[in-house]
Amino acid sequence: MVDQSVPGVASPSRRTILKSLAGLAGIAAVPGALAACSSSGGNSSNTSGAAGGSSSAGAASGTISFGSNYSDPQPKDAFAALTQSATASTKVKVNINTVDHNTFQNNISAYLQGTPDDLATWFAGYRLQFFAAQGLLDPIDDVWDKIGGNFNDATKSLSKGADGKYYLVPIYNYPWVVFYNKSTFSKNGYDIPQNWDQFIALAKQMQKDGLVPLAFAEKDGWPALGTFDIINLRVNGYDYHIKLMQHKIPWTDKGVTDVFDHWREVMPYLQNGANGRLWQDAAKTLENKQAGMMFQGSNQVAANYAASNLADLDFFPYPEINSAYGQDYMDAPTDGFMMPKKGKNKDAAKAILEYIGTGDAESTFLKTDHWDVGVAQGLVAPSYNAIQKKSTEAISQCKSVSQFMDRDTVPDMATAMIKLIQGFIDDPSASSVQSLQKSAEKQAKTIFG
Amino acid sequence: MVVDTEVQAPPPVPRRRRRRRQLTRRDKIVATLFVGIPLLLDLAFVWFPALASVFLSFTKWTGVGSLHLKACGKPPLPGLPQPGCMYGVQNYNIAFTNYPDFWPAVRHNLIWLIVFMVIAAPLGMLFAVLIDRGLRGGRVYQSVLFLPVMLSLALIGIIWELIYSNNYGLINTIIGHNKNNNLIDWLGDPSLNLWAILVEAVWRQSGYVMVLYLAGLKAVDPALREAAKIDGANEWQTFWRVTFPTLKPINIVILVVTVIESLRAFDLVYITGKGNPVKGLELLSVEVTQNIVGETQRIGFGSTLGVVLLVISLVPITIFLVQTFRRDEEER
Repeated sequence: MVDQSVPGVASPSRRTILKSLAGLAGIAAVPGALAACSSSGGNSSNTSGAAGGSSSAGAASGTISFGSNYSDPQPKDAFAALTQSATASTKVKVNINTVDHNTFQNNISAYLQGTPDDLATWFAGYRLQFFAAQGLLDPIDDVWDKIGGNFNDATKSLSKGADGKYYLVPIYNYPWVVFYNKSTFSKNGYDIPQNWDQFIALAKQMQKDGLVPLAFAEKDGWPALGTFDIINLRVNGYDYHIKLMQHKIPWTDKGVTDVFDHWREVMPYLQNGANGRLWQDAAKTLENKQAGMMFQGSNQVAANYAASNLADLDFFPYPEINSAYGQDYMDAPTDGFMMPKKGKNKDAAKAILEYIGTGDAESTFLKTDHWDVGVAQGLVAPSYNAIQKKSTEAISQCKSVSQFMDRDTVPDMATAMIKLIQGFIDDPSASSVQSLQKSAEKQAKTIFG
Repeated sequence: MVVDTEVQAPPPVPRRRRRRRQLTRRDKIVATLFVGIPLLLDLAFVWFPALASVFLSFTKWTGVGSLHLKACGKPPLPGLPQPGCMYGVQNYNIAFTNYPDFWPAVRHNLIWLIVFMVIAAPLGMLFAVLIDRGLRGGRVYQSVLFLPVMLSLALIGIIWELIYSNNYGLINTIIGHNKNNNLIDWLGDPSLNLWAILVEAVWRQSGYVMVLYLAGLKAVDPALREAAKIDGANEWQTFWRVTFPTLKPINIVILVVTVIESLRAFDLVYITGKGNPVKGLELLSVEVTQNIVGETQRIGFGSTLGVVLLVISLVPITIFLVQTFRRDEEER
């Protein structure tokens, strides 16, 4: 897998010479650059050294490659706009290397160990710590020294590894909330449900009115994890949820049974045949007004809406179930950028990250993105639409936000839960919940053991 | 390190020479080269990966960092992976007793095999016999039935997705089951989806079998059939008593192809699930891939599943080889 070893053998001497030349030219080789030098082994770091030598103020320049999983057309455009303005600001050229979203995630281990790009898109939270702890990422504390003031503490802690060092520069997050069409609600005289009983009553009414109460899809595996997350956050609270995700609470706990009991209650109002439907198709049922509501991330539902229908789209936070926790929490996954240890042009990559970690950069990204919201403190991008303004508000009203099950726990555990929840959707009976919990706990023991 | 399930049967062993001839130096060099190069390739690309997988199946390794020969201890932080370590038979234990997909996967592979044997192969034979009888438009039927074989399995998966899709698919639209309250979830419902996929697989496999049989039938001496006819045998008797026995070599090929195709069944399921796990569509090959290629590579555990698949594959391969050798022995 490590196919760089051969050029690596020859390059140190050459690079040392280049570095010492750079030093002679009066450009201090900062410790960070040296560290980068010793840990990388490839060809383009040579060009970086050479280019660095020719530039005036020691600012990094050259070209970096940027691995991107923004493979859908709209995020792809937004990302291209971001890198263009990053290039304009830092003089570092960026080559984007786009890979299909799911493929990117599935190959991440091999990617980070092979010949990764200088920077790559990734997710905050445990899913970041998991790879940082394996030494596959470089810490970027020096970048955060400069951009730290732009973010609040919650965002900061999401960007850190288990060792307390920073590994991610976040760009946006988005809320998981219940979406609906304003026209449907006003036409039928529906009210926004505040608590569980109202929610169930509304779903019942929608069914009577010939609507699918809640559009739902699970073919992709992950969407239904969001439903588990939110019910758990509402029933048992944030601390319980995170402890469960880290297997500090067993899956056989009664709290988990409660979650599935609530889910069973709402199951008759979820769109049938979810295991065979992609979320895009479920979102289409909402957009076509065949469905009354849909619980999913704005990054999916709002992004999938045609521009002409977007004005009709609105959302409300998942209704309260347990008054102790009200509507205090939600999944608001944060996406960002990380620096693979095996990337090459570290200085230039850090310059790009420093640029991305600003409100300006986020505004640029959000010019073409009408469903995510920036994470820089107090940012209200001029291009925000109603959904985005409301999202910012909804997220800031939360006492804590979780990321998402596949970002808050070990990836293996998330995969195990996907299969178990697919089984639950197929057979939502009390006995199936019991065997689900038993199997989840058994698997968690080997995964966390 | 995925175990190659398509283990090739080694070339037939050359017959023993009756008389020893003197070999010149050059002959010896040539012979060594001709035997040595394939042997080396075989060792490097078949035996080494297979044995390495067996070794890896006794380890716990995410593929990050090097593999140590120490026994696994407690991880530094719960859930965070540790460097590769020796895990004993724990992986097998997990596979057999803990991993919920294992037994369904074995069962589905067996169902796949049985369906191919009982439905796809006879169906292919039927097509071949009908076309071989000089049916009108036989060429057209032949092309139509053979068409799926020329398509890649990935493409077949996508074609059938359009047919099976629950809200927009052909079948549900025609039978009026595309509304939310009555739709049939062909590819998602765990009690249906394996059979739906098997229809796709049979659709292709029977065409494949048909072509093989057609080739075989063309080689059957027409005089045999004529003789049977003169002796007063009807069509049915002619086929089963005369034609079928002469097809024995083809039958063995079909048997082997059927077993191999059902053990390596993968593409259709992988495409249908878009690489994600789908309840009801567990297959050993898919499980191997999901564990080794996924976001967290469980290389040790994936190898364990690969070894199980290897052991299962060895059974039909061994039977086939024993038969072949025995036949060689008899012919000598």
